[in-house]
Amino acid sequence: MKTVTEDPYMKVDRVAGHEDVERSTKESLMAEVFADPRFPHYLYGCYECGICVAACPSARFYDFSPRRVAQAAARRDIDLMFQQMEEDIWECSQCFSCLRCPRGNNPGGIITVMREVAVKNGLHSAQEALQGYSRIIFKIMSTGTQVSPDMLQPDAFPDWGPEVKDVSENLDLWRRALPPETHHTTKTGWAVADKTIVELYLIWLETGALDMIRQVDEGIHMILEEVMEERLEDEGIEI
Amino acid sequence: MTQVEPVQLLLSKKERFEREPDRRSEDFHELLFELESRGELVVQRVQGEHVTVPTKYGTPKKIQKGHLWHHKSCGQCGHIPGYSTSIFWIMRKLGYDYEDPRDQTSCTAWNYYASATSNQAAQAAVALRNFAAAYETGYFPLIHCGTSYGHYKEVRSELLHQPELRSQVRKVMEKLGKPMVLPEEIVHYSEWLYAMRDEIAANQVIDLKDVAVTVHPACHYYKLVEGDAIYDPDVYHGQRTAAVSGLVQRLGADLRSYSTFFDCCGFGFRHILVQRDFTRSFATLRKIEVMKEEANPDVVLTHDTGCVTSLDKSQFAAQAHDRNVGVPVMSEAQFAALAMGAHPYKVCQLHWHSTNYKPLLEKMGIDWKAAWAEFEEELQHLKSGDKEFLTWEDVGV
Repeated sequence: MKTVTEDPYMKVDRVAGHEDVERSTKESLMAEVFADPRFPHYLYGCYECGICVAACPSARFYDFSPRRVAQAAARRDIDLMFQQMEEDIWECSQCFSCLRCPRGNNPGGIITVMREVAVKNGLHSAQEALQGYSRIIFKIMSTGTQVSPDMLQPDAFPDWGPEVKDVSENLDLWRRALPPETHHTTKTGWAVADKTIVELYLIWLETGALDMIRQVDEGIHMILEEVMEERLEDEGIEI
Repeated sequence: MTQVEPVQLLLSKKERFEREPDRRSEDFHELLFELESRGELVVQRVQGEHVTVPTKYGTPKKIQKGHLWHHKSCGQCGHIPGYSTSIFWIMRKLGYDYEDPRDQTSCTAWNYYASATSNQAAQAAVALRNFAAAYETGYFPLIHCGTSYGHYKEVRSELLHQPELRSQVRKVMEKLGKPMVLPEEIVHYSEWLYAMRDEIAANQVIDLKDVAVTVHPACHYYKLVEGDAIYDPDVYHGQRTAAVSGLVQRLGADLRSYSTFFDCCGFGFRHILVQRDFTRSFATLRKIEVMKEEANPDVVLTHDTGCVTSLDKSQFAAQAHDRNVGVPVMSEAQFAALAMGAHPYKVCQLHWHSTNYKPLLEKMGIDWKAAWAEFEEELQHLKSGDKEFLTWEDVGV
């Protein structure tokens, strides 16, 4: 019998939805994944029991398997990991139900690390998965709160029912009808102090988080950079 | 030439893994206090009156009763404002003081789990900036969001075990002029409600024995760094987290089980914003429909921003397909507030929810038509300029 040498989980080029790259590129991407200090704590081998798949919401609706992710990482199978980086990782719900693993693996955590590497290197999958999401990145990085009351627009959430329209039409009034003093805002979830925003900008700049945005959306990166630099300059803070 | 045994040859090619012999999560306190004694960080201690609660692997957890710094949630404040308002209202009703800070940012973990457009150091710095802001006020942090709570526990574990990360974050904190602070316990508001359940029940004005409740436990509460979560032998024999269910039992409601309790709500972080077909499908097919069929609840209670959003908002589209859905969803904070006599609109702000909550209110003996008329009267005052905002005095606390 002929020995099977090809990875049984690899999709053939004909059906794979991504461009292949040089092996050296894959090696360098995966070296980043393996070098992440969290990685050794997220992987302890795999029994192939499938408990992670049984617990996984994404596995029920997509061709997605946390077990395949853990196994590819355990085998250091960089071809398959690259394919997963381009095709699978954005389907994960990041709920961490897979932490039920009897070996203590954290497939969701491996995916967090792989996603970070995909973003940092501007992989096609990251750009595609985050299409339409950029305004959220702008909101969280510039205001310090993730979703705001004024995002509740009927055209953005038509599937959420007619109450979205009610909220949107009465937004200012209904926000003033909230007893907590910090809740009278419409553009942010709560009132965030100016000094706090400046401190947040410093964190994004000092840790390289702002630089990561350039790879997924250059336009949003430019605007964010301008907003932050202007604000810090006003405060007399040198970057 | 030395002969290599075939098995050795095979083993040399295999990846080898070191595995902790004990699956229990570590008790982080020892390392936390050790780093404090070495001057690496400050530990904000639980102070004043507190309740000790049981956790998954037996480590006792101290829950401070009052003088709390409310770490608010983006999604709660932004889209479910009756959630945070109810937490504050209960605290005021029970007579505990608190700080509702402006010097607080989001934990930014919703974005991190959705887009990965951040990194370990940034996430840890955001967490420590917020903890330092709480420490500076002297109030002890109470985390409203399940994801913030889970993520902060991850950050704590990373900071305790990675000296390089500590040093990276320390440099950022020095630039901000803030100390490196971690609290003695990371506490979720649902743990505070569990700890205060006797005092809440003592203030209950509505009998809930005929109200059937199902509970969705939030993944980021009890799956991420699981050792901190509350487990109580008197709630599901200690086999499920006692957060939410423990309070529901104490309030005397009819707590009903269903087989997919472990399943996630389908929020997905990225999915809820840009790929909601997944969220809608999972929330309705694996959660709401199963609950309806197996337990037929009057209300679904949960304890996280994302879960309330997914389970509540996903039902509208499913109704159009004649699916077996149509059950109100809210946080246990809103439910407990209602049971304590809070106004359904001025406090619990149920008009921000999508599913029909009116049959539930009727079953609880609350006249929602009269309550809505009272709320509209308040809105008239705001419209006419008689007053600018609804205040705590207006809602009796």
